Amino acid sequence: MATSPETPDGVGPEVDLGSLGLDGGGHLLLDHALAGMAPGSRLRVVGGGPHLGVHLGAWARRRGHRVEGHVVVRGDADDRRQEGAERAGTPDRVADRPPATWSLAARGALVELGAPPLVGADLDRREEVWTELAPKLYAQAAAGQWDPATAVDWTPPQLPDEVEEAVVQVMTYLVENEQAALVVPARFVGRVHPHFREVVQFLAVQLADEARHVEVFTRRARLCGRQLGVSGAGGRASLQTLLDEPEWPVAAFLLSVLGEGTFLSLLSFLERHAPDPVTARIAHLSLQDEARHVAFAMGHLGEHLDADSELRQRLAAAVRRRHDVLARTAGLSDAVHDALVVLAAGEWSRDAIGRGWARVAELQREMDEGRRRRLVRLGFAGAEAAELSALHTRNFM
Amino acid sequence: MNRPLLMGAVAYDPKVVTIWDGFRRWFADQGLEFDFVLYSHYERQVEDLVAGRIDAAWNSPLAWVRTRRMAPGARAAAMRDTDRDLTSVLVVRGTSTVRQPSDLAGGTVASGAVDSPQGTLLPLGLLEGIDVTVRRFEVGVGLHGDHVGGERDAARALAAGDVDAACMLDGNHLLFSQEGTLPAGATRVVAQTPPFDHCNMSVVGDHPLLDRFVALLLAMDYADPTARPLMDLEGLTRWLPGRETGYAALEAAVDRVGFYDAKGAVTAGGYEP
Repeated sequence: MATSPETPDGVGPEVDLGSLGLDGGGHLLLDHALAGMAPGSRLRVVGGGPHLGVHLGAWARRRGHRVEGHVVVRGDADDRRQEGAERAGTPDRVADRPPATWSLAARGALVELGAPPLVGADLDRREEVWTELAPKLYAQAAAGQWDPATAVDWTPPQLPDEVEEAVVQVMTYLVENEQAALVVPARFVGRVHPHFREVVQFLAVQLADEARHVEVFTRRARLCGRQLGVSGAGGRASLQTLLDEPEWPVAAFLLSVLGEGTFLSLLSFLERHAPDPVTARIAHLSLQDEARHVAFAMGHLGEHLDADSELRQRLAAAVRRRHDVLARTAGLSDAVHDALVVLAAGEWSRDAIGRGWARVAELQREMDEGRRRRLVRLGFAGAEAAELSALHTRNFM
Repeated sequence: MNRPLLMGAVAYDPKVVTIWDGFRRWFADQGLEFDFVLYSHYERQVEDLVAGRIDAAWNSPLAWVRTRRMAPGARAAAMRDTDRDLTSVLVVRGTSTVRQPSDLAGGTVASGAVDSPQGTLLPLGLLEGIDVTVRRFEVGVGLHGDHVGGERDAARALAAGDVDAACMLDGNHLLFSQEGTLPAGATRVVAQTPPFDHCNMSVVGDHPLLDRFVALLLAMDYADPTARPLMDLEGLTRWLPGRETGYAALEAAVDRVGFYDAKGAVTAGGYEP
């Protein structure tokens, strides 16, 4: 191709399509040449194969240009199409309140007007969803994905029946908690304005993380061929309160800061005291993922709290409300608690059970300390942090 | 109060509802009381226009020819920028020995539906006096060629070697070549009609809102984000004043094949919309 600014006879620029026809992509060269010209300008077209005389007029007509012989007289349809178009912010900086008209457009894209506005993306305020950590945490999450098929050696362990039974019960409990951890962000991810791309991406990977956790805990539960354990009514009642929470920051606070935060201690405990390498490995891998989820929630809630001083009261009220709702339920079932004791014991003996009991008691202290530490980091006073931590569900999540 | 201006359009595709329902809202936003009715074919739309049951009709070129014969005072009030200066072509395979229309004598030529101006009536004029067998692909009879299926089937027959030549609109030759219905570079155009005009907004009578209706059409701006998606669907970038000089070739073709008589009665044999 050659585009010359002026033909020898001075009638205007010329584009040479060579043997490329308009039925083979030649229109791209025409568009390119016309783009830099003003409406009314004339572009002589040469080459273009045997059908140029038939196709040039048809193509130009559709694009709002005119033709005179093999000269295209540029129309203004392309310019008018762009009229009123605006950039969807800038790629490297999120807007405070992206409008619904930016819809699904990439951040920084030139948004043509005329499409219906995005419906349902009501989480559209920067202070509500965004954290400057989001791009980094998403990148870490994408890099940290692991394949359950290859990241774990699934050789079935040989454990005493009582210990294997305890492991299966703990896994049964973990699966339903991970299901809740999957469903809660899933309900919100479609409501986040796509302008906050890294937040959506992070939440999408969080869902994938939880899906993987559901898989590995299910797989470990069934590894030695046992029936799954008990799904306690109190535990499920507690998880239902998470699913029922309609407000994004409150749900993120209850699920990720308090729930998954507490699970950091639990998974660390399982890794340390697992009676078999499979359990230790899947606890380790899941712990890495959950730590990211907690860091993300701490990040966006921290920035939200900086912008909205009343949010802290709403979060505290949500913990108290949830506690009241669950006051008449059992919380963590005895079956799960006792299974943790036996799992940590590692063998069926009086001494071991005593050790397991002490370890679980220590775990619950660690969980409480972790919750209080995170609450203080979010700006709660020490006494209120201690009170709220104590009111957190006995089901841990 | 005036009754709304009532326009007819033919429902050749589901998008017709989207287009005119959208334009109806657009006209309402401009303060014009406008409504539309949909027809299953052009003949009834023309008859209703002439009878005064509708005030305007979004007409095919063939419907315009009939309207003019039935109501000599009818006017073409507006048309799309894309309705001006179309051509139709006679296409053969690249390997064909046919160099000019007369080389097709004794051969078979595929065309669109019987009532398609661009796919049948006009391009077959390029073969006047030449003994060819015409194989029509009757898709959407009554839609006056708005349905591209007949021309596409004709193109397929050409590509398959079932016919010696095929008739189609210039833009459809480009479309079929781009989409692969016709292998790129594997066909040759042996004849092209002179330019002709296509659809127009035909009006009969003197509804008091007609002038306002036409003025709004002509003012419709491609930069208007509420109108542009509808204009894209309807295939235009601006409305132009109606031009009545671009239909002479079609008038002649209608007379040649006896499609309508001088008063606009349907005389085409076997034409059953």
